Amino acid sequence: MLNIKNLHVKLEDEDKQILKGVDLTVPAGEVHAIMGPNGSGKSTLSYVLSGRDGYEVTEGEASLYDHDLLDMEPEERAAAGLFLAFQYPVEIPGVGNLTFLRTAVNAQRKARGEEELSSGEFLKVVREKAKALQIDAEMLKRPVNVGFSGGEKKRNEILQMAMLEPKMCILDETDSGLDVDAMRLVAEGVNALRSPERSFLVITHYQRLLNHIKPDVVHIMSNGRIIKTGGPELALEVEKNGYGDLLAEVG
Amino acid sequence: MAVEISDEIEVREGVDRETVETVQNMGSYKYGWDTEIEMEYAPKGVNEDIVRLISAKNEEPEWMTEWRLQAFRRWQTMTEPKWAMLNYPEIDYQDQYYYARPKSMEVKPKSLDEVDPKLLATYEKLGIPLKEQMLLAGVEGADETPAEARKVAVDAVFDSVSVGTTFKDELAKAGVIFCSISEAIREHPELVKKYLGSVVPQSDNFFATLNSAVFSDGSFVYIPPGTRCPMELSTYFRINAENTGQFERTLIIADKGSYVSYLEGCTAPKRDVAQLHAAVVEIVILEDAEVKYSTVQNWFPGDEEGKGGIYNFVTKRADCREARAKVMWTQVETGSAITWKYPSCILRGEESQGEFYSIAIANNMQQADTGTKMIHLGKNTRSRIVSKGISAGKAQNTYRGLVSMHPKATNSRNYTQCDSLLIGDQCGAHTVPYIEVKNTSSRVEHEATTSKVDDDQLFYCRARGMDEEEAVALVVNGFCREVLQALPMEFAMEAQSLVAISLEGSVG
Repeated sequence: MLNIKNLHVKLEDEDKQILKGVDLTVPAGEVHAIMGPNGSGKSTLSYVLSGRDGYEVTEGEASLYDHDLLDMEPEERAAAGLFLAFQYPVEIPGVGNLTFLRTAVNAQRKARGEEELSSGEFLKVVREKAKALQIDAEMLKRPVNVGFSGGEKKRNEILQMAMLEPKMCILDETDSGLDVDAMRLVAEGVNALRSPERSFLVITHYQRLLNHIKPDVVHIMSNGRIIKTGGPELALEVEKNGYGDLLAEVG
Repeated sequence: MAVEISDEIEVREGVDRETVETVQNMGSYKYGWDTEIEMEYAPKGVNEDIVRLISAKNEEPEWMTEWRLQAFRRWQTMTEPKWAMLNYPEIDYQDQYYYARPKSMEVKPKSLDEVDPKLLATYEKLGIPLKEQMLLAGVEGADETPAEARKVAVDAVFDSVSVGTTFKDELAKAGVIFCSISEAIREHPELVKKYLGSVVPQSDNFFATLNSAVFSDGSFVYIPPGTRCPMELSTYFRINAENTGQFERTLIIADKGSYVSYLEGCTAPKRDVAQLHAAVVEIVILEDAEVKYSTVQNWFPGDEEGKGGIYNFVTKRADCREARAKVMWTQVETGSAITWKYPSCILRGEESQGEFYSIAIANNMQQADTGTKMIHLGKNTRSRIVSKGISAGKAQNTYRGLVSMHPKATNSRNYTQCDSLLIGDQCGAHTVPYIEVKNTSSRVEHEATTSKVDDDQLFYCRARGMDEEEAVALVVNGFCREVLQALPMEFAMEAQSLVAISLEGSVG
């Protein structure tokens, strides 16, 4: 379960407050969506939770089960079960996708005091999971994200998620740059991972992804705060009327 | 081919993690121990008597002594080259030992239990199988131990002396001669006389000339016509004694239609006084023959303040003397305080080919000035240069390369790719290409890039669970991939771990 209390975040280099008191609880097994206009602080929230440099937490706390996330290094957060599917997955030239995956899986296992996966075990699992996401052997060999299409990059993120089996998955605008077919594939990948022990925080600008990944709770974020929380119908309302009415409502 | 590559990467993966553990458990230079062995030294300094002494210790014939003396007289008239982008204190050539030999070589250990475990551990880290470890350590009866599956014949040079060559009998059956150069001078004078100094002449350059006068040992390889060497050959150099220069000399001859892959590994203990290493490697390649020469150089780089370390001044040159001869140099340079090294190809034979793949890593106060020379003399000759320079800490890394197309080298091609990667903001990368084209039908291409290790890449790796060191090692290994793939498998694994170890402490 993810717990965020009164989180205030500013940019490290400039005097600009981005998050101005975010409160959010995502219980185990639930899928929460965060929607909001550009610049509302959605992506910043995902970066701060996963430990990216460049942000300063001025107030508040964030925990994943009994881990105080804000005191941990990014890799410790990952090993504790936090996963961020990047909006813009990063290219790493010369590093094979499989090498990257296996290094990541085993780094986390080691951090948790578990045995590392042997080459054979790893390959068996990865091939199975890749197949479901229509990722072929060729794509597993290519350097990480280099020359991947938008859809391939996002499917690759979901493959990493499937391999790392996190407790808390944050999807940052995973639908951006995807056509309808790619979106369906990605959503199926995510849905296959839904379980009573795993939570999701789906950050999106548009409602369409939520047709495929059905949220339990929808939050609307604006100007660094969550201004409204409701059921899936809230997303439909945004789709129909835009953010204007909601923003006006809270003043 | 693609499948093979991917399988290789599978195996290599394990190395990355092991490396990170090694880095965490050990000091930054893992070969920095010093073996306590009583040494026999010649007096410090160099003069004609020392040259004669070295020649006598190696039981050399008169012609060899004369050859050395000729070089020494020449050397006295020469001055040290200063054109490289390197800064180091004046070297006092009279304050070095030019000959050192472990006294204990007379009394052989009875079993592996009596051998310094650290010595064995180093051999093991270098991927040398147990049987060869025993032979190298001079254990009695090691010859009768059954050979293991993987075969790499090894010649080990400890300070000035070759301490053992493995798999000699098996190589002899194939007609391959692989022995120390001192033995070759005694046993195969006709070959040595014909080829020694024929690629790197006595008067070639200051360091090569000094080497010609005082080289104490090294390796000799002869592959007869039409023979594919049945195993990889390897030389392992270690400088152990204090204040000792190591001057090894390697001579490789690939006769018509033959093939050999040769590996060279180097380590030295941590000393706070700099040590000198001036080696010469000569390779002669005849018609249709091919030689692959791979180096993993891990001499002690000095400490973080730049104290100590090896000054590495090396002349390596291959002569593709006849048609369709082919040479491939692959080097991974992670060590040494100072590196001055330009493995070169003389493409004399028509349609001969030269390739140079290099990774040069400089961290802390290390300085590297390295590259290659491709001298195109024959028609339709081809050369390819792929250089990956990585600088971290306060290090300076220079690529210096010459591509020369002579008037008769018509229709020849060169492709050069020089990539530099910077880690941190206090290091430097420099690219100094020299290009001479003296005919109208040849083509030379040069591409160069400089980039920094990207924070986004590191964060991406860390968000997936890798720590910072592991993330840097992964990104840098990716940057070096084309060169790592050019190395033989076992060496690639060692090289990959070295990349990680030598960059320890370069981030954060």
